[in-house]
Amino acid sequence: METKSIMIVGVGGQGSLLASRLLGNVLLAQGYDVKVSEVHGMSQRGGSVVTYVKYGDKVYSPVIEKGEADAVISFELLEAARCLPFLKKGGHLITSVQQIDPMPVVTGAAEYPADLEGKLRDAGVDLVAVDALSLAEQAGTAKASNVVLMGVFAALTDFPDELWQNALEQCVPPKFLELNKKAFELGKAAK
Amino acid sequence: MKKLMLGNAAFARGLYEAGCKFVSSYPGTPSTEITEEAAKYDEIYAEWAPNEKVAMEAALGASIAGARSFCGMKHVGLNVAADPLYTASYTGVNAGMVIAVADDQGMHSSQNEQDSRHHAIASKVPMLEPSDSGECKDFVKLAFEISEEFDTPVIVRMSTRVAHSQSSVEALDRNEPALREYTKNPQKYVMMPAFAKTRHVFVEERTQKLIAYAETSPLNRVEISDKAEFGVITNGAAYQYVKEALGEKASVLKLGMVNPMPVKLIQDFAAKYEKVYVIEELEGIIEEHCRNIGVNNVQGKEIFGYIGEINQAVIAEKLLGVKREFISLSENIPNRPPVMCAGCPHRGLFYCLSKLKVTVSGDIGCYTLGAAAPLTAVDTTICMGASISALHGFNKARGSESEHKTVAVIGDSTFMHSGMTGLVNIAYNNSNSTVIILDNSITGMTGHQQNPTTGKNLKGDPAAAVNLEELCRAIGIKRVRVVDPYHLAECEAAIKEELAADEASVIISRRPCALLKYVKHNPPFKVDADKCVGCKMCMKLGCPAISIKDGKAVIDHTQCVGCGICKEQCKIGAIE
Ligand SMILES: Cc1ncc(C[n+]2csc(CCOP(=O)(O)OP(=O)(O)O)c2C)c(N)n1
Ligand code: SF4
Ligand code: SF4
Repeated sequence: METKSIMIVGVGGQGSLLASRLLGNVLLAQGYDVKVSEVHGMSQRGGSVVTYVKYGDKVYSPVIEKGEADAVISFELLEAARCLPFLKKGGHLITSVQQIDPMPVVTGAAEYPADLEGKLRDAGVDLVAVDALSLAEQAGTAKASNVVLMGVFAALTDFPDELWQNALEQCVPPKFLELNKKAFELGKAAK
Repeated sequence: MKKLMLGNAAFARGLYEAGCKFVSSYPGTPSTEITEEAAKYDEIYAEWAPNEKVAMEAALGASIAGARSFCGMKHVGLNVAADPLYTASYTGVNAGMVIAVADDQGMHSSQNEQDSRHHAIASKVPMLEPSDSGECKDFVKLAFEISEEFDTPVIVRMSTRVAHSQSSVEALDRNEPALREYTKNPQKYVMMPAFAKTRHVFVEERTQKLIAYAETSPLNRVEISDKAEFGVITNGAAYQYVKEALGEKASVLKLGMVNPMPVKLIQDFAAKYEKVYVIEELEGIIEEHCRNIGVNNVQGKEIFGYIGEINQAVIAEKLLGVKREFISLSENIPNRPPVMCAGCPHRGLFYCLSKLKVTVSGDIGCYTLGAAAPLTAVDTTICMGASISALHGFNKARGSESEHKTVAVIGDSTFMHSGMTGLVNIAYNNSNSTVIILDNSITGMTGHQQNPTTGKNLKGDPAAAVNLEELCRAIGIKRVRVVDPYHLAECEAAIKEELAADEASVIISRRPCALLKYVKHNPPFKVDADKCVGCKMCMKLGCPAISIKDGKAVIDHTQCVGCGICKEQCKIGAIE
């Protein structure tokens, strides 16, 4: 099988690490060769955070370059727009509609572009935009929007549900498991 | 069972399986998790040292004592540890000693992009370089074998991509070597000229033996493709990019041992192809080696350059002329730089410095972010510890007028690492300098490690804590005071007074990092929209929780931790 590439992007502190861990778990259980690449450090202080997940028979490079991603999963609208160039023609763009102002917008040095959702829709990609934050709050905590988005992704792909449930059980501490399972289901239904 | 493991976690697993008993490191992205993961194995003693030089000396001591040992650091850390490294090359080891150095191609979180292979070459210490997590584990185990067989420390070079990528690893059991006997041997371990002269001869002989080893070692691997149009010599992360971009179009010589490098292996490989490309990140070390051994049909740096990371797209474009199409919006996408957290204790102090327009000799840590807008409070940042020593030089050069307008800022971990000696210089050579220690009781930037001021060790157990006030006084600074950076007026007054004083002083700005679990936060603040006049005074703090909507300030209640500095800043009383 040709290598598939998925990018998970967001803002430092939004929980992209858990999302990539879940996905990596599912892919490994499916028997794929998997690479997950994260950048730590500076990016964690509220900066842009990018995680690459690649799978196939044999994966070499852990990074994804422009025009290579089969799917981009974004926790924030501006980050979705920033990573649009990484998407392949016909790739899936899954994004939360949440907006977080970056510092240059906060200080007034730049403007948050208006109607990004509409512009992304017009860009000719397969866009799924969901209000992951509200769904996560509905599940019990705003922090679970990462798991909501993984639910959306799960609905678009055909990995057995059992693998996702196992991954959740392995990656989420027991006391938050029920809540995260609910967030995952809400995401699946939102697609 | 196969598991996905971070390169750094696989490295730690390698330490465990190889029976490593002693670990001493100083944190630094992207090397930190090796030591954090190693500390999770009960069989390994692991500690944070105050700096890399101490860590390496401790690891060498453990090796001489007969235990397999390890120390880890980032690329710039090896500069700090260079002194013990170059002589450890002469003494060699008793039990195996492995050093991790993590380079940061692309400078994801570093102040320069130096190539650590230079240190391996200059110190004549062998260096291995893995390309994925599986190799991290295997190479570490092999590194201990090489260390003991050739009587030398061995460096394993990591990179951001290898350290922070997960790939599958098969975990095996630990092999527990017995503590080796220690026998007094001054000819080997006392490096004074008479003995060092014979050890230098040994080092040169060892290098020849290592070259012979490199010719046949499984670390260096030739992958021949029948369809190859050319040959590629590569190493580390670049190997993965080469394989992805070129597949069967190239035959590959992968160098897992990057110092010393084989001669005949390279000559024979290069002789097979009319064209050979050397694809290596940063410096052209392999390429130069090729030319030195008479292999001249190579090309590398003139195509790929010396800067940043290489990737599969660059290789495909430069060597195959293939470029991927992509879509982008015509819209300007504002960038999202990292910022100090909401409630960060550094913010209040930097706001005062920015307001008072003092010249700030900066250092490395979360507080380097004080250089960014809107605070823009920092004038210089060089390397760990340089804030204090450079301020002394700055003030000696510009005289007493400068002394009343300049400060150094340095974090608690950085002060312990290499700031103290600069303060000794200020006291000893008498400059009227003002030093601010930003004591947030943690090593924040690298992901919250304990340090000698925090009262806890790497395992989280209680430990001796350095008393910064007493330390500064013992160094000879008479004016030492503590302020709370959540109180702007108090900080501003203290800075003004210490700048005005006619002797050196230390201000300790003390408040734990807002992200620490034990820190209790106040309820979030709110802006009373009726009272807010939209003057944007609160915006000058650069708190990510505050923004302006429809001309009025609003506070994001999910981010605000109630530090209160915006309330103090709002003279209208609109923030409650
Ligand atoms: C020689 C060297 N070693 C390690 C690092 C990585 N590093 C950058 S900042 C830092 C420590 C920061 O801690 P502290 O001074 O307490 O400031 P904080 O981040 O907590 O504000 C470290 C270890 C480095 N840049 N240089
Ligand atoms: S991690 Fe701590 S010290 Fe670093 S910016 Fe955040 S609050 Fe400040
Ligand atoms: S109190 Fe004000 S400055 Fe402090 S975290 Fe909240 S919004 Fe930011």
